[in-house]
Amino acid sequence: MSTMHLDIVSAEEEIFSGTVKNLSAAAMMGEVGIFPKHTPMITPLKPGEIKVITEDDEEKVFFISGGVLEVQPEIVTVLADTAIRGEDLDEAKAAEAKKRAEEALADKSDNIDAAKALAELAQAAAQLKMIENLRKKSK
Amino acid sequence: MSGGKEIKGQISSIKNTQKITKAMEMVAASKMKKAQMRMSAARPYAKMIKNVVGHLASAHPEYKHPFLVKRDSVKRVGLIVISTDRGLCGGLNTNLFKESLKKINEWNKMSVEVDVCTIGSKAEKFFKRLDVNLVAQVSHLGDSPEINDVIGSIKIMLDNFTDGNIDELYLAENKFINTMSQEPGVIHLLPTEPNKEDELTHHWDYIYEPESKSVIDNLLIRYIESLVYQGIVENVACEMSARMVAMKSASDNASNLIDELQLIYNKARQASITQELSEIVAGAAAV
Repeated sequence: MSTMHLDIVSAEEEIFSGTVKNLSAAAMMGEVGIFPKHTPMITPLKPGEIKVITEDDEEKVFFISGGVLEVQPEIVTVLADTAIRGEDLDEAKAAEAKKRAEEALADKSDNIDAAKALAELAQAAAQLKMIENLRKKSK
Repeated sequence: MSGGKEIKGQISSIKNTQKITKAMEMVAASKMKKAQMRMSAARPYAKMIKNVVGHLASAHPEYKHPFLVKRDSVKRVGLIVISTDRGLCGGLNTNLFKESLKKINEWNKMSVEVDVCTIGSKAEKFFKRLDVNLVAQVSHLGDSPEINDVIGSIKIMLDNFTDGNIDELYLAENKFINTMSQEPGVIHLLPTEPNKEDELTHHWDYIYEPESKSVIDNLLIRYIESLVYQGIVENVACEMSARMVAMKSASDNASNLIDELQLIYNKARQASITQELSEIVAGAAAV
């Protein structure tokens, strides 16, 4: 039986790399089973498991939270996501990053505040010194 | 004995500083190893996705994604700057900002406007003071950054590109060469030109499920994200090694300083003893 090379990688680590007989994965349009010499195909994956039969007939299961499956006749690549993706979720994250930028820009105050605090502190120190001097004189 | 006590005090305070720099050096050294491992762990994905995008370019899909199309006129560009969150890492951030500023000045001369997205709090503080348009910001990713945390910021830049607000996208990052040297640089992200390998072999195309547009969209977004993520992970490794080197030289300087002060202290002590002796001898002679 012929075999093919499979790589499962995520942005943060390499999950699996080796020779396999076949694999099945949850593609966007439904479950797909890939055998060697498959015609080139590319499809997004749904969150789910990838079942792999390795060359020594061992079954391995990997869970991924989505990704992309690329099939070439001899090589199959799974680009797994480490994050849960979704249009709405991504949108929310973008909004958050934007908000932080706006806050950072609006936050020009902190330098000014620090300067103000320093001025107030100096004033308070001066007052304390004056009171001390007065006390010494009155003694 | 002139200033003997002051010199002693100075020596002990330098010794305390040296203890801190030594500790920081060791912490940075152990973190650097982990950061380097993380960097190499992220490499396979970057390589694979680059391959797949390269395949896409040599396949002939009927759909051309805007990320792949070069624009005629460039009026506004986006710049993503990756910096550290904390200081005390030598000239790492400063060199990167210098490099970015050089680019920004070039763009300004060509009257091209710049949108900046910062990653890391040092870059945020730096670009806040400049008169640039800060559109997205993310910081405090920690020593093991997750791609999840930067998706939002990247999406803003990518959306800006798709909507035509910016015509080119750049990434300012530190390249990890080895422990002793890191090189700042500004690299071109979009529009991307994937390496077209074996283009002439034969015309073929993928089966796209569900359809080419959404698949290619998905893939290219991940491609850019992986490039930025790679930059962030690399930056952590750069930060740790730069800090280690900086702290090592600080510790060395502290020991030099201590040696010098010790010499001055010994001389002062010797002088005072000599003086006392001569006073005693002179006194005895007078009697």
